[in-house]
Amino acid sequence: MNAENRMIQSVGHITMIIISGACLIPFLLLVVSSLTSEQSILSNGYSFFPQEWSFSAYEYLGKASEEILRAYGITIFITLAGTATSLAITSLLAYPMSRRDFPIKNQLAFFVFFTLLFNGGLVPTYLIYTQYFDMKNTIWALIIPGLLMNGFNVLLMRTFFMTSIPLPVIESANIDGAGEFRTFFSIVIPLSMPIIATIGLFQTIAYWNDWFNGLVYLTDPQLFSIQNILNRILTDIQFLSSGMADSRASGSAQQLPSTSVRMAIAVVGAIPILIAYPFFQKYFIKGITIGAVKG
Amino acid sequence: MTQVMRAQEKQIGVKKKTMKLKKYMPLILMTLPGILYLIINNYLPMFGIVIAFKDVNFSKGILGSEWIGFKNFEYLFKTSDAFIITRNTILYNTAFIMINLIVAVGIAILLNEIRNRFLSRFYQSIILLPHLISMVIVSYLAFALLSAETGLMNKTILPMLGLNEISWYTESQYWPIILTVINVWKSAGFLCVVYLAAIIGIDQEYYEAATLDGASKWKQIWLITIPLIMPVITMMTLLAIGRIFYSDFGLFYQVPLNAGALNSTTNVIDTYVYRGLMQLGDIGMSSAAGVYQSIVGFVLVLMSNYVVRKINSDNALF
Repeated sequence: MNAENRMIQSVGHITMIIISGACLIPFLLLVVSSLTSEQSILSNGYSFFPQEWSFSAYEYLGKASEEILRAYGITIFITLAGTATSLAITSLLAYPMSRRDFPIKNQLAFFVFFTLLFNGGLVPTYLIYTQYFDMKNTIWALIIPGLLMNGFNVLLMRTFFMTSIPLPVIESANIDGAGEFRTFFSIVIPLSMPIIATIGLFQTIAYWNDWFNGLVYLTDPQLFSIQNILNRILTDIQFLSSGMADSRASGSAQQLPSTSVRMAIAVVGAIPILIAYPFFQKYFIKGITIGAVKG
Repeated sequence: MTQVMRAQEKQIGVKKKTMKLKKYMPLILMTLPGILYLIINNYLPMFGIVIAFKDVNFSKGILGSEWIGFKNFEYLFKTSDAFIITRNTILYNTAFIMINLIVAVGIAILLNEIRNRFLSRFYQSIILLPHLISMVIVSYLAFALLSAETGLMNKTILPMLGLNEISWYTESQYWPIILTVINVWKSAGFLCVVYLAAIIGIDQEYYEAATLDGASKWKQIWLITIPLIMPVITMMTLLAIGRIFYSDFGLFYQVPLNAGALNSTTNVIDTYVYRGLMQLGDIGMSSAAGVYQSIVGFVLVLMSNYVVRKINSDNALF
């Protein structure tokens, strides 16, 4: 028995170390590539063991980074503004739905739920946001379409309110003369920090990582988030290597960030989440389980 | 007499209704921003599917454009694209569902066996890491591996194995494997967390009894763990089947770098709709493909939910 157990333990650890390695190694390649000299990449390709290390990619970014800095600013702004607004409207909609005495709670639940089952797709959404709301090339396009609120989060929050906030607490607040808004902000919200933190975390990641809205609604590089900049640089490489391979030596190729700078920008785009991850991973894992079980 | 009473009752009823309205006014106000958003973001586009039945002409406006019935759909299904994008979407998703399931359940069982709780949690955090990264970053990682001139594959791995370089971004036959590997890499960790939570929830007494009876670990996994997490497996799988007509746009658009040469194996309904709308300006075709996806997708969600409800009504969405 003991021998069997010990074998299971070692096989388990070895397998998990291999799998973890497979998850981490691509990131390592990205970081090492950004620290490799241009010459080494051009002659040996991206590699874990560069012939020559170099910080020049980051030095270049430090100097010529106005574009990157602005994109960073935009990403931070949409992440903060988007997450805050999202939490506000999600909880404001979820709370009345959670109240057993609210007369139209079932109709509202259906109204929210139906959006999870059926959607109009990209074409009508795009036309509505661009033709009727004029969001093309505005910062709102990065915040509002698709991301601001989703029915799933509303239902998750409703379930939390229903199960974790005792009705007597709300009733006694009402009897004491607190209005609904006051009850909501001073009693319900402080009691709901776990779910607010979870959904806030998911929204933060969604906004930080979003490139789709920028791809669809933006043509003006001034408004690009960091993800959109990354996206543009990568598609331009493809454009060069497929269509203009023979004119590689000409000027247009040189205006692009060099091969290591590209990787450095990708590192810069991914690093905030990677650094923050150890601190929020517990909540993130908990959030996934809540979503899967209660959804 | 009775009439008067009824009238009075009615009055009281109306009063009660206005009282009720007054009482719930603040709650109704709270819901308005959210409702407004859902109307704009979700319900208006649902009505927007009429676009697929129109010959959209921007000078006349969307509502003023002429009705053309099913013409857009006729054109769409006459092309070979309709078949290719449907086939690709369904085949990829089927492969993803099966492989993700096996890998995620396998890792979850393994993680549960590991005694050292700290390391077990550490592994779990690491395999979840790819889930946190945007598809754009993933496409950089893929590029570092697959780039024709500077990729790790062509420059280091293939020469080490004595193989010739491959022009990855122009040869479509490799992409079913590449995309499947990337999908597992990115999403198995997420599913694994779900299954691990289900496994941890299993009552330890089952295992104690089995151990007393002399059942091996292998037997315990097959006869206790898997049957007991079956409801979660069924639910997650059927949910995924309900979404089999939708695909991860980023995976199919960003990772192959939107390369036209790869279209035969990387074009799915979502990328087709996007390209039709943004790059070709063919609103008719792309909205027809979008409606095709919405309707079939809706039917599939209803069907899979129906099946889930038959199996175990607690797990059904509705």
